Amino acid sequence: MTTGSSSRRRRPHRRPPLLLVVLAGLGLAVFAIPLFGLLVRTPWVEVPGLITTDVVLEALGLSIAVSLTASAIALLVGLPLAWLLARVEFPLRWLVRGIVTLPLVLPPVVGGAALLFALGRRGVLGEPLYEATGILLPFSVWGVVAATTFVSLPFLVITVEGALRNLDERYELAAASLGARRWAVMRRVTFPMIAPSIVAGSVLTWARAFGEFGATITFAGNLAGETQTLPLAVFVALESDRDAAVAISLLMVVVSLIVLVALRDRWWRSL
Amino acid sequence: MTLILLLSGSCADASKTEEIVISAAASLTDVFAEIEASFEMANPEVDVTLNLAGSSALREQILEGAPVDVFASADRSNMDEVEEAGRLVGEARLFASNLLQIAVPSGNPAMIEGLADFARDDLLIGLCAVEVPCGALARMALARAGITPIVDTNEPDVRALLTRIELGELDAGITYVTDVASRHGAVDGVAIPDDDNVPAEYMIGVVEQGGNTDAADRFVGFVLSEQGRSILARYGFTPP
Repeated sequence: MTTGSSSRRRRPHRRPPLLLVVLAGLGLAVFAIPLFGLLVRTPWVEVPGLITTDVVLEALGLSIAVSLTASAIALLVGLPLAWLLARVEFPLRWLVRGIVTLPLVLPPVVGGAALLFALGRRGVLGEPLYEATGILLPFSVWGVVAATTFVSLPFLVITVEGALRNLDERYELAAASLGARRWAVMRRVTFPMIAPSIVAGSVLTWARAFGEFGATITFAGNLAGETQTLPLAVFVALESDRDAAVAISLLMVVVSLIVLVALRDRWWRSL
Repeated sequence: MTLILLLSGSCADASKTEEIVISAAASLTDVFAEIEASFEMANPEVDVTLNLAGSSALREQILEGAPVDVFASADRSNMDEVEEAGRLVGEARLFASNLLQIAVPSGNPAMIEGLADFARDDLLIGLCAVEVPCGALARMALARAGITPIVDTNEPDVRALLTRIELGELDAGITYVTDVASRHGAVDGVAIPDDDNVPAEYMIGVVEQGGNTDAADRFVGFVLSEQGRSILARYGFTPP
């Protein structure tokens, strides 16, 4: 809650320190240089043709559907999890917090392999599921959803949990003391105050799911029109048609950037 | 990404003064590990680093300027592209061949009998992606047999496919004879008739941009030598 602080405090220096600017510039270069490499390699004239092939359009459709599904699942189960972690003291909470953040640091390939051992046809849970229902996650779109959810869910949980922990509980206590029921407090006080974080967390979750590669190819396999998302299409195209790979990469950059920039301006100013 | 792996993969041994990077097809994983060990025994001053992936991925890395000293491809066409780009010192040489085989999980639970089973929709079938040699050759073999496969996944290299079969996640896939042999006990093989089978031809050449053509020459010489051939034969590769 820093609104207005800049106008109250006097600025000591007009120009930022040179060292800071140089280091910040280097930081920016980390992002900008690969992007520059991509733009230099882009066969601009052919891009429209390259990104409208059946393979790319199918992959784009799958990527959008899967990333939105992963975000929806994240909201459904991630919000309660974030609330639990922020507000309820329970044994081994420190361990649960660690487990929740694990997919952030684990190589996605390891996550994919772990999913395979758990939910594959011969997996601990996958085998009984397959025997009982015939449902098979690997090589299916639900396998892609499982893999992307696994890697992207932490973004929502961490963002929202952080917001809940920073929230001054006195607002909720005040509402409760004025007679609001528990559910009403949550809906009328808590939820509006952490709404920007929920949106930010959802967008980060979506972006991570949209770009997911390692866990997907390891767990769900790679088949155009079935499990081949855009990142997998880029990977395959890199070895067969580099122009197509560059064009699809550019498509991913543009889609992601539009979403991130639009929502950042709208929602993240408070963060 | 692989470049970073290349950089970090080399071990720092003070007695090793020369370092060469060998980019080898995934199907060479086991046999090149032994060739590496034997070569380093005979040439203690050289430190060999293996960079294993699908031949097409390796080709792309070289064309993008990766510091590679030797390229060992599982086919001619990937090697040809590197050669045509002027990246080789001297000519590429044929050093081994290999045959395709159907790989199934241990005990063959789906009772796969031959290529005809690859057209069954009720089975989980995997192939190598068409970009890598094992995928191109497998499709040629299937075409010869008149089979249109119903594929569930196209794997980026032969070892990725083999691992899925070993885990029992796939009912069958087409790999090389040597891959099946390398997972003895965990993966079983089903023969592909000679008329349908398409041999893979393994090519090796010295790549200039690695900067150590002298040691690279010696490595290639070792692979082509009597000792190299006997190691290759032990892993099921046939002489060219």
